[in-house]
Amino acid sequence: MSGLLVLAQIVPRNRAGHQTCVQRNGFCPRWIVDNIGNYKEPFLRHVELTVLAVAFGFAIAFALALVAHRRRWLVGPITAVTGILYTLPSLAVFFLLQPITGRGVTTALIALTAYTLLILFRNVTLGLDNVPAEIKDAARGQGFSDRQLLWRVELPLALPEIIAGLRIAATTTVGLATLAFLAGAGGLGEPLFDGGEGINFQSNVVVAGGLCVLLAIALDLLLLGVQRAASPWQRARG
Amino acid sequence: MKTAATLEFRHVRKEYDGAPAPAITDLSFAVGAGEICVLVGPSGSGKTTAMRLANRMLEPTSGDILLDGRSVMARKPADLRREIGYAIQQIGLFPHQTVAGNIGTVPRLLHWDRRRIEDRVFELLDLIGLPAEMARRYPAQLSGGQRQRVGVARALAADPPLLLMDEPFGAIDPINRERLQNEFLRLQARLRKTVVFVTHDIDEAIKMGDRIAILKEGGRLAQYAPPAELLMEPADRFVEDFVGADRALKRLALQRVRDIDLWKAATVRVGEPVEQARAKLAAADLDIMLLVDDAARPVGWLSETALQGERVRAELRSSAEPVVELDDILRDALADLLMAETQYGPVVDGSGAVAGVLSIEALSHALTTEPDDLPSPTELIPGEDAAG
Repeated sequence: MSGLLVLAQIVPRNRAGHQTCVQRNGFCPRWIVDNIGNYKEPFLRHVELTVLAVAFGFAIAFALALVAHRRRWLVGPITAVTGILYTLPSLAVFFLLQPITGRGVTTALIALTAYTLLILFRNVTLGLDNVPAEIKDAARGQGFSDRQLLWRVELPLALPEIIAGLRIAATTTVGLATLAFLAGAGGLGEPLFDGGEGINFQSNVVVAGGLCVLLAIALDLLLLGVQRAASPWQRARG
Repeated sequence: MKTAATLEFRHVRKEYDGAPAPAITDLSFAVGAGEICVLVGPSGSGKTTAMRLANRMLEPTSGDILLDGRSVMARKPADLRREIGYAIQQIGLFPHQTVAGNIGTVPRLLHWDRRRIEDRVFELLDLIGLPAEMARRYPAQLSGGQRQRVGVARALAADPPLLLMDEPFGAIDPINRERLQNEFLRLQARLRKTVVFVTHDIDEAIKMGDRIAILKEGGRLAQYAPPAELLMEPADRFVEDFVGADRALKRLALQRVRDIDLWKAATVRVGEPVEQARAKLAAADLDIMLLVDDAARPVGWLSETALQGERVRAELRSSAEPVVELDDILRDALADLLMAETQYGPVVDGSGAVAGVLSIEALSHALTTEPDDLPSPTELIPGEDAAG
């Protein structure tokens, strides 16, 4: 990180057009308009990294939560392990993984995925635990098998918590994925930190950072929409 | 599938892991097809445990339970439960499903086709007295009483031959509770299901049960008998205490005026020969004559001066009030007599014609003798007006 701080001192140079604004390191709308096309690829990569990491993370955490739902004693160990993964600095993980998986998307995805597990596992487990006992009793008493109980009653009722977990995971992953370029995976971190060459060019930070924020908001709203569409009963009150 | 099945407990024992004593020690009893059997007792008497053994929500430690002569232990629990209606105090409606979705639960598990499920849902909504547009509501949009009705409808959806109900009206306020009890009895009069009904409330037990099983600590059966017998001849001190010191009064709620021996009244009309009236009086159980109109409806009690002549004159000593009906429950009839501060009142049939006289003496006589044939609770439901 100290290397980045040193680089931060260097004034951006060699940029086409609008020298004054760019050289002043100001906020340069014209420069942004001219260069907006350069953000497309990092942005799409950022979306890819985020969506895949959350999707893989969800698949793993969901499976773990279902296993732990039947075998309660597993909740503690799984929480502990995913908790450790959550606390590991992603930068360290990138570098630790490089000898094994090399530089690139795979390395970044593994780190980002690992990071989502705790949030997702905890929320799925919480959602399943919060299903009222009398509802499960009524379901069993009417002849639901364990599998039917899970898929037709427990999971639909746990959906709000599950999606809340996905929303947290998605927004944090959007932020974390800005470091993926350090693992050679690209993403909006590259323009944000100017590819490691120089940081703090304001227009660049504003656009790249703005795209991150927009992506986070878009994913959040998308998931919120899914939740609302999937649980109409939650809005049905008295 | 039959509409009603028999249920028999044979030496059932249930021990919970880690509990010092068995929840149920050795329980045997049989419920006839189409009967409401109420399991009643203080907490810790194992009544809910006993009920939950019937659909294998719990497994007995030993003994057997037969549904229609067949051991429930030989069945797959999920299949067995789909054949047994299940309604609990907390209801446990699925909040993420509409009323229609909730009612259609068991039919869906049984893979009925959609059309048939839909028809059944509307049939049941009608049966429990909810408008058809309620089908699309979610449980959160219903009142407590409506939720309870939906819970009962859900339990009845696949037309199960046995219905298990665990304090189904326990969480409802007293007014709605009585209404739901009456509704259920009215429903039962039509459906004739075998019902196992758990309650801790002896009054509810007496009202709902064809037979009552009083359980004490450790699931021991203190007495298993029809309500009247329980009240007349409590088997032991425990039952006596449990049914309460007012058990004689409770019996009044079990019979209608028509069920007891009424007094014969001397009914006379204006203009009738006094001779004839005096002959009627001699044959009556009462030394006073009741004046009736042309349709035999009571007008009032005649005074002595009405007979001073050749023909009966319309001279009354008091009005006919209170007039009770043959279909009145004894408790209500007694209340009428007490309110009017009188010892007796004319009894009329459905057309309003005098059928006899109910006196406090006749009532107390009825309480001390064993009636041959007590009505089933479904015959004792108050009329719609009283319920609504």
